[in-house]
Amino acid sequence: MDLTFTESEDAFRTEARQWLETNVPHDLPSGDTREGFALHLDWERKLFDDRWAVVSWPREYGGREASLIEWLIFEEEYYRAGGPQRVTQNGIFLLAPTVFEFGTQAQKDHILPRMAAANDLWCQGWSEPNAGSDLAGIKSVARRDDGAGGWRLTGQKTWTTRGAFCTHLFGLFRTDPEAERHRGMTYFLVPLDADGVTVRGFGRLDGDEGFAEVFFEDVFVPDSDVLGEVNKGWNVAMATTGSERGLTLRSPGRFMATAARLVELCQSEPERSLDDEVVACWMDAEAYRWQTYATVARLMEGAKAGAESSLTKLFWSELDIRLYETALRLLGPDAELEGPWMKGYEFALAGPIYAGTNEIQRNVVAERVLGLPRT
Amino acid sequence: MRFAFDAEQLEFRDAARNLLEKECPPSAVRAAWTNETGRVPGLWGRLVEMGLFELDEVDSILVLEETGRACAPEPVLEAWALQRTDATLATDTTPSALYADSVDLIVAQFDTDLVRASIGERRPSVDGSRRLFEVHAEGDRLDVDAAVVTERAALAAAAQLVGLAQQMLDMSVSYVGQREQFGKPVGSFQAVKHHLADAALRIEFARPCVHRAAWVLANDPAETAVAVSLAKAQASEAALLTARKALQVHGAIGYTVEYDLHMWMKRAWALAAAWGDAAWHRNRIKDTLLNRNAVLKGTNRNA
Repeated sequence: MDLTFTESEDAFRTEARQWLETNVPHDLPSGDTREGFALHLDWERKLFDDRWAVVSWPREYGGREASLIEWLIFEEEYYRAGGPQRVTQNGIFLLAPTVFEFGTQAQKDHILPRMAAANDLWCQGWSEPNAGSDLAGIKSVARRDDGAGGWRLTGQKTWTTRGAFCTHLFGLFRTDPEAERHRGMTYFLVPLDADGVTVRGFGRLDGDEGFAEVFFEDVFVPDSDVLGEVNKGWNVAMATTGSERGLTLRSPGRFMATAARLVELCQSEPERSLDDEVVACWMDAEAYRWQTYATVARLMEGAKAGAESSLTKLFWSELDIRLYETALRLLGPDAELEGPWMKGYEFALAGPIYAGTNEIQRNVVAERVLGLPRT
Repeated sequence: MRFAFDAEQLEFRDAARNLLEKECPPSAVRAAWTNETGRVPGLWGRLVEMGLFELDEVDSILVLEETGRACAPEPVLEAWALQRTDATLATDTTPSALYADSVDLIVAQFDTDLVRASIGERRPSVDGSRRLFEVHAEGDRLDVDAAVVTERAALAAAAQLVGLAQQMLDMSVSYVGQREQFGKPVGSFQAVKHHLADAALRIEFARPCVHRAAWVLANDPAETAVAVSLAKAQASEAALLTARKALQVHGAIGYTVEYDLHMWMKRAWALAAAWGDAAWHRNRIKDTLLNRNAVLKGTNRNA
């Protein structure tokens, strides 16, 4: 066991810190608005040009082949520097791991560099109005079109984050309605400017047009844009869902930086009646950091991310709310004013809902980590 | 950066677990509640023989957790803190000495020193196996670093708390998997699942803090106080929460003394309160983190 960083890890941190301090833009409008999204794309391209967009990817796809530890270091530095939200994150953290695992060489070579360079912006088409937690309940279908060598998609996806600003969607559609619910789904990659696609953005609780409904009317998708095997979409999607919950979506750096800002806020308040709560938040951010390093050590030694990632998701999503809730308490009557802390609180409230609700996550922990009997 | 144990450390833990399963089963803990010493005859020798008290911090932390899992009624953390197998310990935060009547040496805090002490009145613990005594810190000064000993005691207690919590969780999982009501195992009901998931969550995020604190204690004196306080606070909260969840999912049977759970719960209550409780340790971190003497900055409203 060695909890010191190596010289090369330290050098990586220094390089990242210097680049970020020089280049991070401040005070961008939210990336969940049309105007802000475009400005965030400029930032993504700058990251890509200097190989900071996808640090752990192979060089041929725009990465610098950073280790998991180096990726964690980069994330710590990114949040410390106040880096803007990554509007490419649904592609990079959700779709990309799936492409790496299930994609053909042609798919990897085409999709990944364009994703890293923010030329293609991906959104996730999972949920439907009647299928949220029960993802296997989706009703959108894909009918075979042998003549054209592909499929025709019909249906509707909703609560698609940043769907109104994206260029592409990855989604699950039912290709065998006769099969048992979890079989007979296929994972499709769809350009949002295809004939028959209609996108309608709508507002989120935090005030941004950050959601979209996406309607599909007989949208043609060629065979080459199926990811993984036909009718095996559930298995392919579950690979993504593991990433979404676990390591890759919420690195400790994010919460360490929020905790640090909370400490500063606490120090600036004259009453100082919430010291214990602030310290407790900081301690949980530290606990999250060390649990992550322990998980990374296991992954680097060959373990697979499994149902334990549900524990990770539960912890960060509930920590995030505590951080912002404590900040609002420190602000007193100013808490109701529009501002970064209230914005952060509003977004934190979504945490226990997305990436699998915390109720589902608790079921997964109980059944698959602890081994309790299914309901 | 590699936050993991090596194969040898894991093997040692497994050997300790096997030894304790054999030499300190729940019936031995139960007997210690009412026997003369409050301890398990023969166990101390086996623990000393195993080499626990000669290991460094990282090598011993998993074994310390196992002594918690087994609820071993012995002065393990005191001996480990002092790095001697013939003594017990009392400090300002934990003024009663465990098993003071069955060890050769009682060590107690006097100002910033540790001194030889004499035995005083018996103090009854809710944990019947813990024979606690007031002590009189009036003897010669020992040539040990009191601050280091205190940190070691808190860390060892934290490790034992994680072990206690894990065992209470395991008992609960086993019980709810086989206890049936309304035609199915009670563990298949969502409310029960969520109780135990919450316990598992707290343990999962306490354990790495304990492991890290062991490394920091061995390698980074400047960071030790905060690291140990993080470990003890997280472990205390995890054990207390798990005790409550375990009791709740067991229902009435958990509320009997016939069933083993109460012994683990009471040990958890004792160790959560001793060597600085969670609030004490958060307070200690606060002094470092919030730097009370800092000049107040201008209001920072930016997230």
